[in-house]
Amino acid sequence: MSDASLSTLAAQLAAKQVSSRELAQVYLDRIAALNPAINAFITVDPDKTLLEAAGADVRIAAGNAGPLTGIPVAHKDIFCTDGWLTTCGSKMLSNFVAPYDATVIERFKAAGMPSLGKTNMDEFAMGSSNETSYFGAVKNPWNLAYVPGGSSGGAAACVAARMAPAATGTDTGGSIRQPAALTGITGLKPTYGLVSRYGMIAFASSLDQAGPMALSAEDCALLLNAMTGFDPRDSTSLEREKEDYTRDLEKPLAGLRVGLPREFFAEGLNNEVAAAVDAAVAELKKLGATPVEISLANSKLAIPVYYVLAPAEASSNLSRFDGVRYGYRAPDYANLDDMYCKTRAQGFGAEVKRRILIGAYVLSHGYYDAYYLQAQKIRRLIADDFSEAFKTCDVILGPTAPGTAFKLGEKSDDPVEMYLNDLYTIPANLAGLPGMSLPCGFDTKGLPIGLQLVGNYFSEAKMLNVAHQYQRATDWHAHAPEGLK
Amino acid sequence: MKWETVIGLEVHTQLATKSKIFSGSSTAFGAAPNTQASAVDIALPGVLPVLNRGAVECAIKFGLAIGANLNRVNVFDRKNYFYPDLPKGYQISQLAKPIVEGGALKIVVEGEEKTVNLTRAHMEEDAGKSLHEDFHGMTGIDLNRAGTPLLEIVSEPEMRSSAEAVAYARALHTLVTWIGICDGNMQEGSFRVDANVSVRPVGQAEFGTRREIKNLNSFKFLQQAIDYEVRWQIETLEDGGRIEQATVLFDPDTGETRMMRSKEDAHDYRYFPDPDLLPVKLDEDWIERVRAALPELPAAMQARFQAEYGVSAYDAAVLTGSRALADYFETAARACGQGKLAANWVMGELSAALNKAELGIAASPVSAAQLGALIARIQDGTLSGKLAKQVFEGLWEGAGEVDAIIEARGLKQMSDSGELEKIVDEVLAANQKSVEEFRAGKDKAFNALVGQVMKASRGKANPAQVNDLLKARLQ
Repeated sequence: MSDASLSTLAAQLAAKQVSSRELAQVYLDRIAALNPAINAFITVDPDKTLLEAAGADVRIAAGNAGPLTGIPVAHKDIFCTDGWLTTCGSKMLSNFVAPYDATVIERFKAAGMPSLGKTNMDEFAMGSSNETSYFGAVKNPWNLAYVPGGSSGGAAACVAARMAPAATGTDTGGSIRQPAALTGITGLKPTYGLVSRYGMIAFASSLDQAGPMALSAEDCALLLNAMTGFDPRDSTSLEREKEDYTRDLEKPLAGLRVGLPREFFAEGLNNEVAAAVDAAVAELKKLGATPVEISLANSKLAIPVYYVLAPAEASSNLSRFDGVRYGYRAPDYANLDDMYCKTRAQGFGAEVKRRILIGAYVLSHGYYDAYYLQAQKIRRLIADDFSEAFKTCDVILGPTAPGTAFKLGEKSDDPVEMYLNDLYTIPANLAGLPGMSLPCGFDTKGLPIGLQLVGNYFSEAKMLNVAHQYQRATDWHAHAPEGLK
Repeated sequence: MKWETVIGLEVHTQLATKSKIFSGSSTAFGAAPNTQASAVDIALPGVLPVLNRGAVECAIKFGLAIGANLNRVNVFDRKNYFYPDLPKGYQISQLAKPIVEGGALKIVVEGEEKTVNLTRAHMEEDAGKSLHEDFHGMTGIDLNRAGTPLLEIVSEPEMRSSAEAVAYARALHTLVTWIGICDGNMQEGSFRVDANVSVRPVGQAEFGTRREIKNLNSFKFLQQAIDYEVRWQIETLEDGGRIEQATVLFDPDTGETRMMRSKEDAHDYRYFPDPDLLPVKLDEDWIERVRAALPELPAAMQARFQAEYGVSAYDAAVLTGSRALADYFETAARACGQGKLAANWVMGELSAALNKAELGIAASPVSAAQLGALIARIQDGTLSGKLAKQVFEGLWEGAGEVDAIIEARGLKQMSDSGELEKIVDEVLAANQKSVEEFRAGKDKAFNALVGQVMKASRGKANPAQVNDLLKARLQ
């Protein structure tokens, strides 16, 4: 049952073959069995989960069920959840119980989806391996010596290990897509502004976007239907008509132009990943698609641009964690300045501090023009490259990450090496474009390989169509890690 | 050496919106601490600001009222610094692209009209309050004020004396209350003034180094603080010292300014555009709707009062000191058709009575219509100026309408010439000595006789008529 798609689970719930409580219990049992080794969850509260599931059962019995009612979901610990601990993977918020629900949480509650708990993540979403979490690293279900990617590593690992049928993630520079790739699941980062950021703890506001993580494109489409929509509480939320993201899933791919950015197949790409992506292109050709070579010339600047802009915004966004009103406060201090310094020195981990320092530096007097403004200009150029590319193709395809999962500790001492893992995912965030990752093979170590699609603005339905057709023709997404069942 | 003072003012006006600039919390003053602080105001993790368009509308009104350029696209920036009453660790403000740029305000100082140019005005949020008393070595934080909308109005450094600075601050105060964007309550901090003050030798082109006096909350303190600061700067320079750029505070108890922080301690605020807020776009329709709803402005009204009612420029400026006063004057002037007389009464008898009773014009016990009716009775000869003052007292006490008071108290001027002639004859008979003195060439004696007649008539005689009668009898 834990391998089932969301539509299968919905059908079983509708047919009363299983109750929401029973379904939640299936996953809670797997969490109890597997989470100690994987560490995908920071907070699990079976009583709360079962209470919510009982509520869903009432709705189902009353004939009020929506397409996802009764199906449990795990939430990244970056979303504020009324009455649940919301830590953002940090000591700073290790005692913080949110007094309100994020819009994304509200929407899933409204859809009738019980929460399975809060998933582990890199501290304040800063990391690509889930090793920066104050609550310990998450292990990759395919091989526990390997990282699951990050920052939504807990979300990716819990779905890959079938501890949850679906999870929410957030993606600032690849934090949904890269862990999805490294754990063999499907994840989608929507167009910036499609999903409300209200209640999602900000890392880099102009880049952050929440999205679904699940076992297939079809499941992601269903989840996206529940997540999206204008929210007056988020000024960057887009006011547009609701879409049904499942509407184009079954469309044939004949005539589809798939753009292959030459820069994404260049130096630095692991051979096995390259081969798997090539095979995926061949598969899509069989389905009627035409590959088109394109260029995203400025994408090589994406990492330096990102590591100016994201830390700049983060340095300001994280200023509210000052020990004054909530969260961690240093126990001993001499005066106000000392309280600030000790609280933040003790409450934040090394990577978060590194980025706050970088951010404060690039915004400081005398450096702003050279770094922040310059980076904004290049950001524009990167977006322009995509606009140009979409004149000749419908969707862009490439690897999600340059390699497969790496070993725990392997890159944690070398931040720049770690940052390079997001080489292919960051450009979409800088441009505000939707992107997704789906499994397209395994390397010789048995670790999953991720295929990335990047679409034009609001072309989620098109990307999901391509991914779904690919998943109908292949079964990479159906593989489950062995030894966990 | 002769010194010239250079002053520029930065004024924080609290905008009169019902809710805060980025949240739905109330902006009402005086509530129990932290009862008007929402999740957004206390900066819980995950919350986001949403702009209150009412605050933008206030800024548009102001821009139109001073003839400024309204930036059709203006941008909110984050000003980053740590302080316990600043919940987000940054203040949302506008730096590079403020909503208002330019504009000017006319002031009158010692009869001289002067134009002060404005640099800019931008929207921002207020911080909360730190309460250092009553917490035994700790600090209390009240976030009710956090997020209250402010318009910071910055002038060019064009004022040359504390009197000009006060005149500018008053004119600005009049304008923002006039157009209804600020309640103007200085005690509650709705209108706070920072003064940038420097001195330079007369004739020198470059400005001297300035010091900024923070948070002056009365016109009196503004004047005192600038006067002290100017003296201090001149003395320092004349003693061979240097002025260091600094922020200072004014202590009303000592009348002195003291250093708050030097330039070295100045923050690097690391401004950058707030990614949580979109650029603010002002479309022409919106601007035109606001323009159409603007009341007649003080400057236009002053010109009209001079033309329509024949009052002097000075009187027109005084009468437009507030919208309520201007409306009062105009109602009274229209009721009696006597603009100059109405101006004299409003600025004279009425203002004196209001000042004495510590009342504002809105609380005047004598209505504008009543004052108009009173003036009309002076004009038609029913009342002398002296009698009119007695009627005014009756109006003030609430004794009824003008004619009723005249009737009830018998204050009508004597119009029966037979009665007056009788009094005049009696007075002449009783004051033969004065009559002889007058005839001997002492003019003063005539005035004494007039006084006697007025006294005998208990003030009700028409003085002009008395003059005429006496002259006729004595010839």
